[in-house]
This record gives sequence, structure tokens and C-alpha cells, in this order.
Amino acid sequence: MSNLPADLKYTKSHEWVRTLPDSTVEIGITDHAQHELGDLVFVEVPDAGRVVKADEPCAVVESVKAASDVYAPIAGEITAGNPKLAAEPEIVNADPYGEGWLMRLKPAPGALTAAALLSAAQYQQVLDAEAH
Amino acid sequence: MARQTPLFGLHQELGARMVDFGGWNMPVQYSSQIGEHHAVRRAAGVFDVSHMGILDLRGAGVRALLQRLLANDVAKLTTPGKALYSCMLNEQGGVLDDLIVYFLNDYWYRMVVNAGTRDRDLAWIREHAGAFTVEVNERSDLAMLAVQGPEARAKAAQLLPPADGAAALALDGFVGRELGQWFVARTGYTGEDGFEIMMPASDAVAAWRGLNSLGVASCGLGARDTLRLEAGMNLYGHDMDESTQPYESNLGWTVALAPSERRFIGRAALEPIARAGSQRKLVGLLLEERGVLRAHQKVTAAPAGEGEITSGTYSPTLERSIALARLPSAAAGQVQVEVRGKLLPARVVRLPFVRAGRSLLTQTKDIP
Repeated sequence: MSNLPADLKYTKSHEWVRTLPDSTVEIGITDHAQHELGDLVFVEVPDAGRVVKADEPCAVVESVKAASDVYAPIAGEITAGNPKLAAEPEIVNADPYGEGWLMRLKPAPGALTAAALLSAAQYQQVLDAEAH
Repeated sequence: MARQTPLFGLHQELGARMVDFGGWNMPVQYSSQIGEHHAVRRAAGVFDVSHMGILDLRGAGVRALLQRLLANDVAKLTTPGKALYSCMLNEQGGVLDDLIVYFLNDYWYRMVVNAGTRDRDLAWIREHAGAFTVEVNERSDLAMLAVQGPEARAKAAQLLPPADGAAALALDGFVGRELGQWFVARTGYTGEDGFEIMMPASDAVAAWRGLNSLGVASCGLGARDTLRLEAGMNLYGHDMDESTQPYESNLGWTVALAPSERRFIGRAALEPIARAGSQRKLVGLLLEERGVLRAHQKVTAAPAGEGEITSGTYSPTLERSIALARLPSAAAGQVQVEVRGKLLPARVVRLPFVRAGRSLLTQTKDIP
């Protein structure tokens, strides 16, 4: 069983989404995703002010083995990329749902409801299906 | 259906992540690829390399056969147990495989070939062996463990009876010998000291567990790849193959053109290249910015021209990205690599990047 906090929403492409008190959202990759990638050695996050569409590649996580795109789960404007990850990409491995967040985003009007995000239980089903 | 080594069950028990490699189901990592890499640079690690092919060639014509099949000259091997690294070429001079051959006696040589090419190699060697009355046996009954790192030999020797352990520790570099039912060789693919040990398949699990209990870390193919790349060693099928020749693969030093009367396969194609110089070369690249170099990324080396990365990775020892790249022969100094749509600066550097745990990028101009 993967570590899947119940208060987060998820995507089929292994991102998680946390709604912050100011109604912006924080986005990262799941514990399953960081585990599959292995030791991360390079993370590129978007600059604040960039406007992204839903499902647009907007960050890159690279392990020793492979590079992987991270997709915007929701359309909106980037408010911050995690500045710590340039020097310490391994934070994503150590704390994928906390200090290892990748970016924060202000959703476009209606974008949060339009996004088909998954609950922890639904994302678990995605992982179970992938395992077969 | 992927093949399995005698250690497959143990890899699973140890929690390894398994991948297909050259048709074999092999461990890519156990816990952390970078942790396994550092274990080998700083202490000792063990790799399952039983997927590689061990071929015994026996008969009165075995030396003549190998002098025909290999670009390097087995006549250089005069003391029993001594090993030679060589390419096996096709008539066009393309690399069919790179391998190690051990001289055991005048009637017996042992060859270790790559996993992905072992079936093709065996067919090629047998096709040529008939004329030399040489018998070729694939030793599928043996497992092979590579124990590598500064502490590797001392740990591995403890698996042997005391007299054999002492004999193993007395081996010179690139020499192997039979010790009981094991064949212990002071060879490797990591840039560290260590042994490669061939043993009956039934001994492999106990040997692995014994090494673990002595503090030798289980290491997967992931760490093996970053270690060999830091050591500037080629990987067959990535850095060279049938479509490339040794001189453009940083392997010219393994081609023995003397004596001129030795007519090895591929010689006729290589001679003009050796005279005129190869148009391309395989070099080391060091990325000067953050990011990771990967195989097939385009390299621009103005004004010499363009080339391509053949292997790229993140170097855990140097904490920056390194690569091997095939470039026009005139390329030098600063180049640009296209990484995910951006042009990043990289520098052509001398190989290897790392040897015996230490960075060889000692000149300040090599350190960005």
C-alpha cells in the first residue's frame, strides 16, 4: 500500500493537489511516483507568473535513471516554484507531500471544479490497476 | 520470457526492483541507486553478472582461432590466468562485441561476453571454430559475482579457505586463477579494485549472503551503469555496436595491428582508418549547468560539427552530469548539448572521470 494522505486530491499521472487556506493549490508528485523514479538528482520548477493549461507539462523531475514531466493538474497561474529543490532535489524523495512540494498555483476561474481530480481511494485503484 | 540467473530468487527476497536487461530479468537497484554507487566507491558492493556469457574454448587451434576472431592479439598473453580486453569485429570493422579473454593454457582460453550478445557471439564463434578444431562450451552451469570497491578483495577472500584466500589476494591486476571450483579474477567494470568470481551456480546464493554478512552491499545494474560511466568504460549497444568501429569508440588502444601478418576479421576495413585517422571520436563530456545528459541528445561542437551523446547520467561522485559522446574528431573544449529543448554548455574532458574513488578532473579548468 502506498502512502496516500486522505486530505489530498490526486491525478492519474501521479501528481497530488492540496488546497491551501488562501484557495491557491500546492502541487507535488506522489510517494509512489518518487519511489518509481528513484533518487532524484534534478528538479526544474516553473517560474511564478507563468500561466498554464490543464495537463500542460510544467515541471521536470529527473532521477539517475530517467526524466519525467510533471503536468499541471489544474489550469491557472503559477504563484511559486519550490526554490529549495534546485539545490536539494532529494527532498522530493524524503518528503514528497511536505517539503518536497513542486509548485503553487492560483486556479483559473472554475478550473478547480472542472479538473477531474481523484480521491485517495480512487488513486489507489489507479495504482492497483498499474500493478497488474 | 526473460531469463533468470541462479540468484533471481534471492534478488526478489532482498526487495530488488527487477528490469529486463538484454533479455534477462535483473536487479536494477535494491534500495538507493546512489547509495549502492557510493558503497562501491567507498567500501564494497556485489553485483550479479551471471547474465554475461562465459565461453570455454578448447583445442589445439584455439590461439589461432582467437587471433583470427579478436582485434586484440592473444599472443600478448604469456602467463596462465592473464586476461586481455578485446573487441570482436565483423568484416566491416564494426564491433560485434567487447569481451575479456583469459589465457589458461595452450589448449584452453575462457571468454566473458555481454549478456545481450551471447547467443549471437556463440553462433559467430562456432561458425569460425570448425576450421580450427576448437570446441566451444557455454558455461551456463556457472554463476558470476562481481565484488568491487576498496574493501572488496579483503572481504571476498574471506569466503575462501585460508590458503585459497591468500592466493586470491596475491593475484595481480587483470589476472585470474582457479581456486577449488571457483575462478577468481582481479577484474571489474567500476573503476575500483575487486574480483569477478565465477562459481558453480549452486554456490551463488550462499556466497552472496556471506558477502552481505561481511558488510558488502547488494548492488544493482543502475549503480553498475553510473560506476562504469564515471570510469569512462563503454557499454556495448550504447557506446558502440556493429555500426561503429573501435577508432571512433575510444577503443583504438585495443586494436593490435602489429604483427602485420595477423589477418584478424575486420583488419582490412580498419587499416585505412588507422592510416588516415578516424573522422569521429568518443569523448567524455561534463555538463557545466544543472541537468542530466542522456543518450541520443544532440551535441553541437562548433566549428567541428555535430554529434550525439551515447551514454549520459548523473555522476554521484562528481555531483554533476557526465556523458560519453561521439563527436567529430576536431571537437574540443566547449560544446553545447540540446537538453529538453534548451542548449546547455558542456566541456570535452579526458577519460576517465573517476578512478579508485577519486575525481580525475583535477585541473581547475575542468571544474566549472
